[in-house]
Amino acid sequence: MPSEVLTITGRGIPLLGNDIDTDRIIPARFLKCVTFDGLGQHVFADDRAQDPGQHPFDQPQYQGSQILVVNANFGCGSSREHAPQALAKWGIRALIGESFAEIFFGNCLALGIPCVTAPPAVIQALQKAVAEDPQLQLTLDLPNKQVRWGENTAAVEIPQGAWQMLVQGTWDATGQLLAAKAQIQQVAASLPYVRWQQAR
Amino acid sequence: MSERTLFDKVWDAHTVRILPSGQTQLFIGLHLIHEVTSPQAFAMLRERHLPVLFPERTVATVDHIIPTDNRARPFADPLAEEMIRELERNCRQYGIRFYNSGSGRQGIVHVIAPEQGLTLPGMTIACGDSHTSTHGAFGAIAFGIGTSQVRDVLATQTLALSKLKVRRIEIQGKLGPGVYAKDVILHIIRKLGVKGGVGYAYEYGGSAIEAMSMEERMTLCNMSIEGGARCGYVNPDAVTFEYLRGREFAPQGSDWEEAVAWWRSLASDADARYDDVVVFQAADIAPTVTWGITPGQGIGVNERIPAPEDLPESERELAKEAYAYMDLQPGDPIVGTPVDVCFIGSCTNGRLSDLREAAKIAKGRRVAPGVKAFVVPGSERVKQEAEQEGLREIFEAAGFEWRDPGCSMCLAMNPDRLVGRQISASSSNRNFKGRQGSPSGRTLLMSPAMVAAAAVSGKVVDVRTLL
Repeated sequence: MPSEVLTITGRGIPLLGNDIDTDRIIPARFLKCVTFDGLGQHVFADDRAQDPGQHPFDQPQYQGSQILVVNANFGCGSSREHAPQALAKWGIRALIGESFAEIFFGNCLALGIPCVTAPPAVIQALQKAVAEDPQLQLTLDLPNKQVRWGENTAAVEIPQGAWQMLVQGTWDATGQLLAAKAQIQQVAASLPYVRWQQAR
Repeated sequence: MSERTLFDKVWDAHTVRILPSGQTQLFIGLHLIHEVTSPQAFAMLRERHLPVLFPERTVATVDHIIPTDNRARPFADPLAEEMIRELERNCRQYGIRFYNSGSGRQGIVHVIAPEQGLTLPGMTIACGDSHTSTHGAFGAIAFGIGTSQVRDVLATQTLALSKLKVRRIEIQGKLGPGVYAKDVILHIIRKLGVKGGVGYAYEYGGSAIEAMSMEERMTLCNMSIEGGARCGYVNPDAVTFEYLRGREFAPQGSDWEEAVAWWRSLASDADARYDDVVVFQAADIAPTVTWGITPGQGIGVNERIPAPEDLPESERELAKEAYAYMDLQPGDPIVGTPVDVCFIGSCTNGRLSDLREAAKIAKGRRVAPGVKAFVVPGSERVKQEAEQEGLREIFEAAGFEWRDPGCSMCLAMNPDRLVGRQISASSSNRNFKGRQGSPSGRTLLMSPAMVAAAAVSGKVVDVRTLL
């Protein structure tokens, strides 16, 4: 159940390129399932098959990495939560990138996976540092909105609402939303279309 | 911050409260579900022993995995059969209305909700599908969500959300012959980019939009997400009301006048404030075709594939990746590119008017030798109406296959898919690598009329030469 997401420390894995869509993260044929179990092995399935052994998710030096470092508009396209689920089941616990597509960002948040952004120069430096030393430990310090590696520290950004939900441990929203049941009923009763469409 | 826009008014009317995180708890007026993104959400409800709070405000159908050639049960694909069984079970257990195949109302979720009058102006609409933006055509705030959020809507009929900014996109003037809503949205995405809309809701307006039918507006709003905007909308007007009048779930009797008055009051005020305004001229929009691997990589049909130096620096790497993947060369014309498969359908362009426009081109012509062409109506109702007016005969006489409704080769979760390096002319919405079912398959996005023109020509042509 929900818990605070504060500091994540682990090795990084760089994935270069803009506009990497969720069809690439998890191709549609793997969505034929009624649970999310087993998706981890299929993450980036087609990209990995294209260049056997060369994709970062296949390279031995990145096995066990937990922080994915990406470029712009990562996770665009389909709303499939299977994408962050596949990344999480592979072992990813946080993403740092230039920017993220909105639905993907929300899906990660609902799983307690922070997606934080930093300027392109910081991302490139981070991707280079990880590529040069895959053993490098990265620390994503959410309360202080920082990423630290080696001697370096850089500021990261995350929208305030998402940040609060992560650091306060309310990213699994169901319980909190349900607490306002009386107000939910009130809003429903105030909307004319709810009345128009009743009993049909 | 936007003020007095439809987005602001609808958002305020659905606000339950401001959460401690600063986000808004927003009531969801209509929740649509399908077989792919809902089973895990129901499993989470069971795990937590939670009921569905407003079962009457969720509607289900089956679209993604359903075969379009043989729908006899059990489906040939056991995984597809398992998914539909799971949806049947969940709807039964929780008392959710389900339009199953053969009901006469099954179809792509974004086609059936509008055609039954379930989608109304002033609603908030969520569905575990990014093309939920389609419903914005009615002046609703409609957006895609993930499965954990499907769980939240089932359990609470609300979501925790941050408010979006609002960008008004005006298309002024009149579209030329052979230029459709699909070309307008491909043009917008080409100009504003696939990430230009991140953080925004798009409000479409201007004389070219006002002149569009509801089905054209749905095509336009459908692909807002391809421009990065989670939702897009058109202010409700007389065209909207005429479309809705008499539909099953639209207000009836004395409710109707009250509804029209309320809907009118929701449209953005003349002095509304926007976070951004962008203006395009309809006359500048040509039939548009994508040449690359994102929907933003599009050009007018008579243009040449751009060279890296023609593009902003930030787009050059992606362009190089696209030339290699598509096996197309910078500087080449897109006209004349041979196609293997032609697909007319999807939540973007699977409605009756789409099939009519494509049929006009197909009529009296033949699908080129070696080309596989097929038409997948967006719903059982679209299929029936198209058959009643003779479109099926036109397509079949021209050599197109006529199928049963579903998402089909838009995302190839059913048996309809590209093979190997095949290249498709497709009326769908995404040309991502591998999108249409072959890891190396290629997609050219275009309007349904342009797809029909490609089918009878065996290659990309300017549909205006066949009008």
